[in-house]
Amino acid sequence: MLKYTAHRLLWTGIVLLGISAITFTLMHAIPGGPWDREGLTAAKDPDIVKEIIEHYGLDKPLWEQYGQLMWNLLHGDLGISYVYGDRGVTDIILDGLPATFTLAAIALSLALIAGISLGTLSALKQNTWIDHLITVLSTSLVSVPGFIIGIVLMLILAVVFDLLPAAGWGSPQHVVLPALALATFPTALIARVTRASVLDTLHQDHVRTARAKGLPERTILSRHVLRNSLIPILTITGPEWAFLVSGSIIIETLFAVPGIGRLFIIGVFDRDYGLIMGGTMFYAFAITTTNLVVDILYAMVDPRIRYAPET
Amino acid sequence: MMQDISLGRLAKNRLAVVGLVVIAIMVVMAILADIIAPYAPNIQDYSHTQESPSLSHPMGTDILGRDVLSRIIYGTRISLAIGIFTQFIIVIIGVPLGTLAGIAGNRFDNLIMRFTDIVYAFPDLLLIILFRFIFGGGVLMMFLAIGLVSWTNIARLTRGQILSLKNQEFVTASQAMGASNIHIIRHHLLPNSMGPIIVAMTFGIPRAIFAEAALSYIGIGIAPPTPSWGGMIEEGTQAIFNAPHLILFPALCIAILMLAFTFLGDGLRDVLDPKTKE
Repeated sequence: MLKYTAHRLLWTGIVLLGISAITFTLMHAIPGGPWDREGLTAAKDPDIVKEIIEHYGLDKPLWEQYGQLMWNLLHGDLGISYVYGDRGVTDIILDGLPATFTLAAIALSLALIAGISLGTLSALKQNTWIDHLITVLSTSLVSVPGFIIGIVLMLILAVVFDLLPAAGWGSPQHVVLPALALATFPTALIARVTRASVLDTLHQDHVRTARAKGLPERTILSRHVLRNSLIPILTITGPEWAFLVSGSIIIETLFAVPGIGRLFIIGVFDRDYGLIMGGTMFYAFAITTTNLVVDILYAMVDPRIRYAPET
Repeated sequence: MMQDISLGRLAKNRLAVVGLVVIAIMVVMAILADIIAPYAPNIQDYSHTQESPSLSHPMGTDILGRDVLSRIIYGTRISLAIGIFTQFIIVIIGVPLGTLAGIAGNRFDNLIMRFTDIVYAFPDLLLIILFRFIFGGGVLMMFLAIGLVSWTNIARLTRGQILSLKNQEFVTASQAMGASNIHIIRHHLLPNSMGPIIVAMTFGIPRAIFAEAALSYIGIGIAPPTPSWGGMIEEGTQAIFNAPHLILFPALCIAILMLAFTFLGDGLRDVLDPKTKE
């Protein structure tokens, strides 16, 4: 287990290094610089441009800039926003974190509860109309992005029936629409995986043995079927989380949630390269570390993973 | 012969047929847009802005008084082009990389696949946004930006196919008869991997369509006034309470087209790639 964890840790480090190197290279390939923004009259003055270049250290050799960046990253400093004065990107992201985290946590819990219940129900009622209905719904919802679901929900519940606020943040009512929109895809995915997994477990020997022993159906379900069916759900939680993170970028913009995603998009609109780079790093780090945790958890639950040869 | 059987099996999958019909209709709309569209897509009429659907404007008019139906029809061009052409870029990058990794093995395989892992670890949308800034405007650059990010699945898939095929008996036989590596790749490995690759391409189309819509929605996609469904949603959100139809129709079109390709992909998978059936 220790060897596996060390191996995963090392690999995560390499991925993060690779991601930061790619982001750094791409950011430097973008034509222009922070002084090139529209409406910045001062930027016409070559002296000021020179000063800005020196201030941001853009005149130093690339390797030195990259080294500085990595050093700062190690200290949790994601760089400087080019638009919000000298406000740090870390500062801006911390501002958006509560909203983003609240939204993602609610959406993920919703998806787990609804997805596992629907998937199990579907498997237990295999080939009935309930199963067919859930299967058609989950297949469709997996292929329609939360962004579109969000628009439809907004039109129905906020515009036509005026039951919920269309956009904004601050009250529990404001959370409902974006959370539903964000939760649709993971719910549908979890429902599909759960259905397949429960069906698989139902036909295994230990379940048949439990039946033969005459255990009540309820005990068989909770002790033998569900517990074993949950493992595959854990595997998709990593990618799931990654999806929630990048999915929330668009959803937050749509519903005007003051989270990291919306701040990031504002950075995109303003061509705030500092914020874009810091934001990208933050997202990539969040996803990679979650994957690391999920992998290690998974190996703890299922010993076969630890001993499997690298694929 | 084989094709006949496959087509027959595809025809039995009702959802796949529905998907195919929807795609065919959209393709016809895209090609014949100049003839079908009742109005020119960019003609503004300030005396008729934000009108609800009516007989003269079946989907209403937008904030600049342009006919929404005409813009939807022209918008199919962008969505289909992005969806389909991006797949070619993805295949051009992903298949050679996957083949190389699968054939070379060991160090080289490791190197390619680890690089693939790193690109895969990036949140798609963010990497596409970075590429958008580097390449700038144009529809062609949009294909490139989405393609450069989305090839990882195809590369992994191709590698897996090659790995499972290269030790099979007919390949060993071919090797024993002195066939060159290139010959084996071209005549044995790639043709036998085509099924899963085509399926993956079909599933890749809706993802690219969504990527375009999302980019246009956040203002770095297709530049106005060219009609694109994502861009129409962006413009429509300004008037969501007065004219909800402005975002309803493009949103529905995106959903319908994405579903159509997914259903077709499901059908194709059952026919071309029965092993990976869920």
